[in-house]
Amino acid sequence: MNPAHESPRFRSMSRSVTWLLLLLLFTPTAWAAEVESLLGPLRAVGPKGKGSHEAAQAWKELIEASADELPAILAGMDGANPLAANWIGSAADTIAQRELQQGGTLPAAELERFLMDAHHAPRARSQVYEWLSKTDPTLPARVLPKMLDDPNLDLRRLAVARLMAEAAKAPEARALDLYDRALRSTREMDQLRQIAGRLKKLGREVILTKQLGCVTHWKVIGPWDNTDGRGFDAVYPPEKETVLDFSQSYPGKPDAKGNPRTLKWIDHTTTHPLGEFDLNKILEEEKSVVAYAAGEVYSPRAQDVQIRTASNNAHKIWINGHEVAAYKVYHAGGQFDQYSCDATLRPGRNTILVKICQNAQTQPWARDWKIILRVCDRSGGPVVSDSKDQP
Amino acid sequence: MTRFPRTLLYLTCLMIITALLTGADWRHFRGTDGNPSSDRPVPDHFDIKTGENIAWRAALPDRGASSPVIVGDQVLVTCSGGTRQDRLGVLSFDAATGKQQWRRQFWATGVTHVHPFSAVAQCTPATDGKRVFAFYSSNDLVCFDLQGNLKWYRSFNLENPTTRNDVGMASSALVVGPTVIVQMENQGESFVAGVDVDSGETRWRIERDHTAIWSSPTLFRGKTPAEDAVLLVSRDRLTAHDPQTGRQLWQHEASCHTVASPVGHEGIAYLAANGLHALHVDPEAGGVTPTWSQNRLRSFRSSPVIHQGRAYSIKAPGILVCGDLDSGKVLWQLRMKGDFWSTPVAAGDRLYAANDKGLVHVVALGKKGKLLRTCDFGEKILATPAVVDGALYLRSDKYLCKIALPETDKRPAVD
Repeated sequence: MNPAHESPRFRSMSRSVTWLLLLLLFTPTAWAAEVESLLGPLRAVGPKGKGSHEAAQAWKELIEASADELPAILAGMDGANPLAANWIGSAADTIAQRELQQGGTLPAAELERFLMDAHHAPRARSQVYEWLSKTDPTLPARVLPKMLDDPNLDLRRLAVARLMAEAAKAPEARALDLYDRALRSTREMDQLRQIAGRLKKLGREVILTKQLGCVTHWKVIGPWDNTDGRGFDAVYPPEKETVLDFSQSYPGKPDAKGNPRTLKWIDHTTTHPLGEFDLNKILEEEKSVVAYAAGEVYSPRAQDVQIRTASNNAHKIWINGHEVAAYKVYHAGGQFDQYSCDATLRPGRNTILVKICQNAQTQPWARDWKIILRVCDRSGGPVVSDSKDQP
Repeated sequence: MTRFPRTLLYLTCLMIITALLTGADWRHFRGTDGNPSSDRPVPDHFDIKTGENIAWRAALPDRGASSPVIVGDQVLVTCSGGTRQDRLGVLSFDAATGKQQWRRQFWATGVTHVHPFSAVAQCTPATDGKRVFAFYSSNDLVCFDLQGNLKWYRSFNLENPTTRNDVGMASSALVVGPTVIVQMENQGESFVAGVDVDSGETRWRIERDHTAIWSSPTLFRGKTPAEDAVLLVSRDRLTAHDPQTGRQLWQHEASCHTVASPVGHEGIAYLAANGLHALHVDPEAGGVTPTWSQNRLRSFRSSPVIHQGRAYSIKAPGILVCGDLDSGKVLWQLRMKGDFWSTPVAAGDRLYAANDKGLVHVVALGKKGKLLRTCDFGEKILATPAVVDGALYLRSDKYLCKIALPETDKRPAVD
């Protein structure tokens, strides 16, 4: 060691420099720069554990940041992949929890501005709402009325719930207006059912299938063979047609006695409240079979949509002849909106073809051979109409 | 002393130290060794309303069917909440006081469809004594150190989009040495992954049948840690694997129970498959020899328990059956009330079975079983309890609760 480094003057000077550096490090500007650099490794994480080591180090440093940095940290979730968003979001939540547990305060005004900016990542905004609503009881009344059409469905749900509560106390005419507004906003099945029930009591009928964009008019044909599940990938005549001809008939799966069967398209309109159509009723209850259903929707313009289905049966979907989804799963759920895929509609009429497969399972709960299909936007809102309603 | 015996001595010491260090822990679903059995008794009565034998009861922010795991003085539990069950969490509590130490939250990256009765937090986390590995029905596997620092995050659903089960995946995580093992056996892409505890990277992966399994990977202790194996259930077979490489060691064909998990105990694998099957494992021969099978010891939903020379199963409708461990002969059975998703736990000469209404059946074990009483937890219980140091830990959707005699724990209750 250089003897000069041991001199009192040098030691005093180096102490001063250290303090200065520490002071600089903890100034708001320094933290802002630090946050930016720490967010880098968190945003870089990827699948299969990629980037975890660097991210873990950055995460541990980031959670030491002041609560004042929360808006900047949360902004790091904008455009981040779901894994990165979790790294960043959990760090932000850890900071907020620490601050609140220690009796501190969050930068409420800045966070509320963040919350109200729908361009920010929906989950980051949800986190902000969670924190602020714990400390500010006036927040819901202030912000929720502006969130009825929010792209964040959790916030929108809260906004609709608030409106419904208001409608429940309102005079009839006002209640009708409020429920009508809630009906247009909600994307939640439980709320939709409640609103429809209350509007019915007020004399207004809500057709859930229209509200949800469910396809209710179908042409159905089957059964073809699905022994050992091979029918899922087998290409039967409806898949081969470029334009479906509903006057055509085809040879199908022989009946139980081995007699040949000729299959024809059957018109079917479902009256199920959610648009479910049950092939055990339309055709016959059989095992190891395949059926097809063709429907049509009218789109006012070319648009990207989601096709959402619920079924206990393996199924494939084609839009205007292009396969958009294939789900080879049997008897595992069947919840509403169980599956979702992206598709593009052209202006005017669009054909939807669905292949619905039943397997050989014999358990009582494996009897289902049915499906619900709806066309909606990314939020779950209706975007098409039944082509039968079009001129 | 020659070199070999000295190595053997070190290994023995290491095993004893490991046993002492992990003895008071409950590190996996159904305990550290995957068999919910403890020789030390726990209180055989408790009363939520009066607080009798309630050491503490901590409120949980969200739902869960996963069991608590216990390491040292920490109780770790997972939760899931939100309209879409996509808000996931891990919480750590002080085992002595019930005080929440930390809570971490994140969002599910995979499918969150589950049966409405259950929750996305239905897989029990695992701990290796340094970290906790939280696994969820959405196929998110998240690692924190015990101070709550995020170490790595895996989304098996983003990596394998067809891996899903819309009634919910319930297989719990298992950690053996440097590998955490998760089984995702379903109708989509099916596999078991061995993940590095440090980096979160995949050490090995084995493809599995495309059928749904809810059973959990289970530790099968070898004579030395190097001989430990992991048992995996498929619909038509039980297989054993090297936990560090995934290499299959042996398999036994059977029509396996898809929900109940096996138990490894003193060189025997106990498998629920149209009754209970005892399979003697011979590691050197690389195979198993069926010892006995007993149809009356069949499980309905919960897993079997091996305790003090007896085997216990709950068959439908809520009948607890006790069998002799050497012969499989049924010794007694008794009727309990309700449906049981939670696996019972045995402690001392008592067995505790919680039904899905939250009624905890306390059964005296002996030549004949006797239902001593039922204690009402007041809430649905799906999670298997944990038993550590004379205390019973119960978890419901709303509460995590420690039941212990006041003599052993006089700390104030918190809520």
